[in-house]
Amino acid sequence: MIGRDILGIEDLSRSDIELILETAEQMQEVGRREVKKVPTLRGRTLINLFFEPSTRTQTSFEIAGKRLSADVVNFSVSSSSLSKRETLLDTAKTLDAMDPDVVVVRHGVAGVPHRLAEVLQAPVINAGDGAHEHPSQALLDMLTVIEKKGRIEGLTVAIIGDIAHSRVARSNIYGFTKLGAEVRVAGPPTMLPADVESLGVKAYTNLREAIEGADVVMALRIQMERLEGACFPSVREYAATFGIDREKLRYAKEDAIVMHPGPVNRGVELAHELTDHRPSVILDQVRNGVALRMALLYLVAGRPRQDDPASHASVATDLDAKRGGR
Amino acid sequence: MARLLIRNGRLLDPSQEIDAPMDCLIEDGRILGVGNELPLEGAEVLDAEGGWIVPGLIDMHAHLREPGQEYKEDLASGGTAAVAGGFTQVACMANTDPVNDDPSVTKYILDRAEKDSPAKIRPIAAATRRLEGRVMTEMVALREAGAVAFSDDGETIMDSSVMRRVLEYSRLAEAPVIVHAEDCQLRGLGVINEGPVSTRLGLPGNPVAAEEIMIARDIRLAALTGAHLHIAHVSSAGSIGLIRRAREEGVRVTAEVTPHHLTMTAEATMGFDTNTRVAPPLRSAADLEALRNALAEGVIDVMATDHAPHASYEKEVEFTEAPPGMLGLETALAVTLELVRENFLTPLEFIRRWSTNPAHLLELEGGSLAAGCPADVVLLDPDREWTYDSTRGFSKSRNSPWSGQTLTGRVLATIVDGRLVYHHERGVLMR
Repeated sequence: MIGRDILGIEDLSRSDIELILETAEQMQEVGRREVKKVPTLRGRTLINLFFEPSTRTQTSFEIAGKRLSADVVNFSVSSSSLSKRETLLDTAKTLDAMDPDVVVVRHGVAGVPHRLAEVLQAPVINAGDGAHEHPSQALLDMLTVIEKKGRIEGLTVAIIGDIAHSRVARSNIYGFTKLGAEVRVAGPPTMLPADVESLGVKAYTNLREAIEGADVVMALRIQMERLEGACFPSVREYAATFGIDREKLRYAKEDAIVMHPGPVNRGVELAHELTDHRPSVILDQVRNGVALRMALLYLVAGRPRQDDPASHASVATDLDAKRGGR
Repeated sequence: MARLLIRNGRLLDPSQEIDAPMDCLIEDGRILGVGNELPLEGAEVLDAEGGWIVPGLIDMHAHLREPGQEYKEDLASGGTAAVAGGFTQVACMANTDPVNDDPSVTKYILDRAEKDSPAKIRPIAAATRRLEGRVMTEMVALREAGAVAFSDDGETIMDSSVMRRVLEYSRLAEAPVIVHAEDCQLRGLGVINEGPVSTRLGLPGNPVAAEEIMIARDIRLAALTGAHLHIAHVSSAGSIGLIRRAREEGVRVTAEVTPHHLTMTAEATMGFDTNTRVAPPLRSAADLEALRNALAEGVIDVMATDHAPHASYEKEVEFTEAPPGMLGLETALAVTLELVRENFLTPLEFIRRWSTNPAHLLELEGGSLAAGCPADVVLLDPDREWTYDSTRGFSKSRNSPWSGQTLTGRVLATIVDGRLVYHHERGVLMR
């Protein structure tokens, strides 16, 4: 995958996903060391280009880059390119001139990482674009499910909430269906996008039916900020109909796990008691996020540079060492 | 005075129901006649190379951006792109800066066009002042100044009482009201058709209902007022049903469809190309099929480009920030000839919808090769392949989704008022 852009799960094959997940499992070991650092990306520059604030994702990529010894630069831009009278193309060319080795992009509008990737020489990793995709989140979710369930094939995954505006939902739908799970989505009709079943899922407006027999229940964060034109009349009504609590969870399999991309609106998407305790695996998701992002960075940017023949050896030795250790 | 004889072609004139190998003789800027035994003496001869000889195409919907946005297009570049595309007359929309809502602006456009444009320019004036949808324009004065229709295109007059007054009053000015039918509130932030593609891409969707609701309203208001309502760029199958029923009822409603809605669907946006952002949005394959059938059936009267130039830097932004619109004048003919090849339209009906019908609808001279008509004639080869490159086109802008594609159907020559203004080997020659 060296040099490849990671723009969405939709573009990845099943074997691509499996390679990333296997690599992430190897990276988890680095996080358990006393010195959490390997020299794999020494001398490489990672730019975190965030047009939309996201402390969690940005920090996770930053830690992942640093554990691989990359030089990590955070480039935060709050306004849209138009308001600066600078086009996306200008931004891409400017960054390209700084010769980064990998660029991680977060933007509020779908498709921006794709347009930047057309210009940038370095591989681009999409860290979330509008309501389109958030591939690293879906991959870390898959990693977490494998960790807890041992497999994905044959499982039933129920994704609950604002599917229409969720990039996490789309990426997870593609990822879990590609690995052989049955994916269901549920929410009020206002939160189910047009023709959602064309994505290969079953859609429900009844929460109980959606989580009946599910192995994984994934609640999505509700945007409570915009109530004007909102998809639900009140937080109370949403929590009563689609919020997950122990009572509703009884319809899922007994050993079902509960996931959430965070941050949780306590008492809304998830009942307070479910947020912190089993069967919630929210903190495992966060922990796995670092290893998963290390895997992505290694796979797309671990290429030996022409001017640095020495690095090839170090990448190879490092990975061999880890493989041998399993 | 000079005579020009066009020979060696298949002459198509819907106004006279002619589709036959014939010559066309021009004298003093007007058609002297068509036939096979025309007097040759003293005439310069133009070889149609076995292609079609047709009345010049008329585009009743283009944005030529002058005055005010000359960085996108002006009457010279837009008029040149027009003749290179086979258009001898172009109606230009009022959303310029200043808006064409005053006779002085209409006259300015006509004066500039007379000097700069090889194609004849027909200004469409605004229906309401500054396109604000509140106070109607001086339609009588605008009509006298040269406006051929009234439209707030790009905006919808959301207040139904204002729309009613505009339609009623337009009868005094004796010109159609052209509507961009879209319920702005229902559209919301939608940038592509609401459906499977908007769901996959995570881009805000714009449902067909936003268009259909406004078409339904405007048809009822046309029935109430007896005015001539013309619906711009119809894009959905549901809209066609509404128009068909209105016509059966006897409401004065006409409609147009664009080359892009006839040949592209929402799938074209899969790579996030901002050149595919257009208003109304590209719809589904079922809508496309319905539009083709409606055009063939005559429920949709005309094709029109909605040529909408935008500077590259305006399109090189986030998909939701990019202004809607794409170029059309240089590619429209070739792109829509697909409907002839796929037997939706005969060559004669194809030319009727690009020339004779828009002339009739806007009460323009032209759209005919009958004796005495202005000698606006186009020669074209419907089978000739060429590669379109928007960076080397005549428009000032480049925002075309067809750039780089090989298209079939090429304009060989364009004649306006008896003068050769474009020839495929010699390029553009001023009027």
